[in-house]
Amino acid sequence: MILTLTILLAVIIAIAWAAFNAAYLVLAERRGAGVIQRRPGPNINGPFGLLQPPLDGIKLMAKQLIIPAGADRFMYISAPVLVMCPAIMSFVALPYSDWLQAQNIDVGLLMVFAFASMGTMGTIFAGWSSHNKYSLMAAMRSVSQAVAYEIPMILTALTITLMAGTTNLNAIVAQQSENFFHWNIFPLFGETHNILMPFSFLIFFICSMAETNRAPFDLGEAEGELVAGFHIEYGSMGFGLFFMGEYANIVIGATLATIFFLGGWSCPFGLFPGVWWFLIKLYAIIFTIIWIRWTFPRTTIYGLLNLSWKILIPASLVNLLLTAGLMKVF
Amino acid sequence: MINYFREIFSGLWSLFVGMKVTFIEAFSPKVTVHYPYETLKMCDAYRGHIELIENEEGEPNCVCCMSCVRACPSGCISLTGEKPEGGKKKVLTSYHLDFTRCSLCSACVEACNFNAIEHSKEYNLASRNKEDFHFDLLARLRERNQ
Repeated sequence: MILTLTILLAVIIAIAWAAFNAAYLVLAERRGAGVIQRRPGPNINGPFGLLQPPLDGIKLMAKQLIIPAGADRFMYISAPVLVMCPAIMSFVALPYSDWLQAQNIDVGLLMVFAFASMGTMGTIFAGWSSHNKYSLMAAMRSVSQAVAYEIPMILTALTITLMAGTTNLNAIVAQQSENFFHWNIFPLFGETHNILMPFSFLIFFICSMAETNRAPFDLGEAEGELVAGFHIEYGSMGFGLFFMGEYANIVIGATLATIFFLGGWSCPFGLFPGVWWFLIKLYAIIFTIIWIRWTFPRTTIYGLLNLSWKILIPASLVNLLLTAGLMKVF
Repeated sequence: MINYFREIFSGLWSLFVGMKVTFIEAFSPKVTVHYPYETLKMCDAYRGHIELIENEEGEPNCVCCMSCVRACPSGCISLTGEKPEGGKKKVLTSYHLDFTRCSLCSACVEACNFNAIEHSKEYNLASRNKEDFHFDLLARLRERNQ
């Protein structure tokens, strides 16, 4: 009974954390866009516009969910759920501090990647079932992009696993916890003496942005060609779920980057280790992602696939091989 | 092979240059004006609806010569004036502008030889009621002077 309640509580907290982040990252994004474009952004509702996300949510919920004629009802309805659910499931395995984690799973890394790739299925469900050429085309693009970028991302994660010797996310952070220079991103001082780690970080960062369909890789949502993307036929909270799923995936990507490369909740100077350090690093990465979105124009689909197949995959393979070699030598 | 790597590094470098540009922009002052709360001063060349110009005593400069009424291609303007007892000049008694038909062509302002009308700087006129755009300019002038 108590176990059930604990699990229920953990699930509720995970959903609340994902939803809260999704809602307020939209605001952060709009404010960030405003700052970079030298305008205020949404600042009317509440102090600094902080009431904007709940009001947007109420507006979305008040709208009617229209299912287009010719749509596959079951797939159409299940697609937003399929995008949002895996994203929330991934939060179960993510550690935010040494005690703040829903489940300390030994194959945590594997589980996060497994659920992260399930989100693509929701995308293709949405595109296929909407009975709309634009959404189908957008879904195809999203899938080809996900396939292309999943490989270098997992290869980089494999490099980390190789060095850490574990797929337990908690243990990966614990190995980097001593001080600043033991973070995985710093090559020469850490446990592993792997000079390729900054490149790994770059590859991982680019891939996590592409995986979440973020600009400059948001080909699935290219308004100029595809009107809106795979969620074109969705209104109301169906659209809201896609939106929240996207932002939840950004949080997951940034969380993984923090865990793998930036030492998780460990403090750079050995002071007050705790969840706040994790949040500082997490939001610094998310801010960088927002900053990148409002800096670069969208790439073309060929540029996107070329970047993956011609540069990132060979680079991550070489990275993996050299890491294995370095591990053997030292 | 060298070109492959050179392309990658020059491309990567250009990304960082771009991010530096937006970073500097992010910390520069805002350039937009938050409309309902702050407004800009309209430029001199802006043509709003016409407005009467007053002299030092607060009376309109208009001498009721009717040039503006004749100049108006749409017939928006109608005015009346009368000679007060013992006075020499005509005095304006009503000046009515039908703004619903005005195309802001400025013919009336150009036709006026007595510096009696000008374009106002009103740019946010809106109403659901057509009658709101029939202006009594003399009453507006009186209102302004109070």
